[in-house]
Amino acid sequence: MNLFNILDEIEKVDPEVHERMSPRREAIKNITSFGSKVAIAALPFAFSNIFKKAYSQTPPAQVSTVLNFALQLEYLESYFYNQGVASPGLIAVADIPSFAVIQADENAHVAFLRSLLGSAALPMPIIDLTAKGAYPTVLTDYQVFMAVANVFEDTGVRAYKGQVPNLIGNSTILTSVLSIHAVEARHASAIRQIRASHGVTITPWITGSSGVYNDTGLPAANTNYGAGTSGYPAENNITQGGVDVTTLASASGSTTSYNIGCEAFDEPLDMNTVLTILGPFFG
Amino acid sequence: MKTETQERADINNMERRSFLRYAGVGVASVGLLATAACHKGQKIGPHATDIGSGDFGILNYAYTLEQLEVAFYSQVVLTPYSGMSSMELSYLTSIRDHEILHRNFLKDTLGTNGIIDLVSDFSSINFSSRASVLGRAKTFEDLGVMAYDGAAYLLKDPNYLSLLGKIVSVEARHAALIRNLITPGSFAGSDVVASNGLNNSLAIAQVLPMVNTFLKTKVNAANYSYYVAY
Repeated sequence: MNLFNILDEIEKVDPEVHERMSPRREAIKNITSFGSKVAIAALPFAFSNIFKKAYSQTPPAQVSTVLNFALQLEYLESYFYNQGVASPGLIAVADIPSFAVIQADENAHVAFLRSLLGSAALPMPIIDLTAKGAYPTVLTDYQVFMAVANVFEDTGVRAYKGQVPNLIGNSTILTSVLSIHAVEARHASAIRQIRASHGVTITPWITGSSGVYNDTGLPAANTNYGAGTSGYPAENNITQGGVDVTTLASASGSTTSYNIGCEAFDEPLDMNTVLTILGPFFG
Repeated sequence: MKTETQERADINNMERRSFLRYAGVGVASVGLLATAACHKGQKIGPHATDIGSGDFGILNYAYTLEQLEVAFYSQVVLTPYSGMSSMELSYLTSIRDHEILHRNFLKDTLGTNGIIDLVSDFSSINFSSRASVLGRAKTFEDLGVMAYDGAAYLLKDPNYLSLLGKIVSVEARHAALIRNLITPGSFAGSDVVASNGLNNSLAIAQVLPMVNTFLKTKVNAANYSYYVAY
């Protein structure tokens, strides 16, 4: 993220940002002009304060809605991994370093989003990892824990992706959201690999089949991979930009297999559907 | 907590060199560097192509990356490295097939606006060596994620932006897999994911010099020399 340009982006949402920030903006211009690496290094720490002061602790509504939605997902994921890592004997010893990385990333996402939102950040809700009793052994049965992690990460990827068009042209926030989105996809891939190492037939990418939206082996999670509201197809979608991608050429011929068509494109999901699906985990 | 400068320094050496060349000299100088590079031997013509402008320019940028990946993985699957396991062959074949579909989808979407077929140069890669092949796979996948994320904001059409989002997370899944094949647990290493939990992103002007080291047909982006990473 290039912090010099954040101000320009806020300006698109808030034309008065110059007036709000003018003394500090001049300071930043000066920093830019002499290009000191030291000054650049110091800037990230100053940024969130500048942002908050300019908006009296409140970022623009459109942006804060998206960021608060993302924050809810991150609260859920960070709480899940914090509890999992803290549960003695739950995670296989060999997998602990990987889950520690994921845990750290999710907690960093919470901190990052909260720093952008300032006082507009919604508080952490009450979280029920059993989803109202649907997963009573989530913190004692490793296979269940891994499966829920798998679904959380894949759903997180869909959720972030669904917000991307709402941030079009917003260089800083869009790029930040996409950068978190990429990390969630890395996690999803890693957890799928971990599940495979424990005997589950699953690939790092999402394979669907006709009528079954995913390959997690969890019928209860199928809605997480299903269609959202209009314009948000299920993960087994093979139509992209109006083109049936199985009609395009592959390495072996003039068409592409259904599985490759599903796997090569991840699908976004709208905010309401995500919140409905994850609802049982909240409060 | 790492600073942005330190995070950038964590990017692998090749990427780091490119970044320093880009950032150290200031935005205005980049065009001059590009010009100098042209004088050194890049000729506009059959041996070079420009991605163009607007959304088609960004789609051509993606098309460039996908063409490179297709050429690479096709060779990997054609001449498997020594000791490639059946599981690795299966994974690498799937990745090849995903990349072929990405390329063909973009080619179809771009139609007559698409750039030419690029000729790759993999003379620096030893396709019989697992370390060489997976090392380059890691470069290409991580670079793809950083490139897509860094250029997405330039798109004007939300449909194209959404399509780019659908592809980039699959590239991130690939990247995490390849990294774990090299070093288990490195799927989100500190060289690609900053301490704030964000994947690094790169500007077009940072990515293309790296991409061009693997291409005989050089790809330029004259309209994007001045755009920066966020």
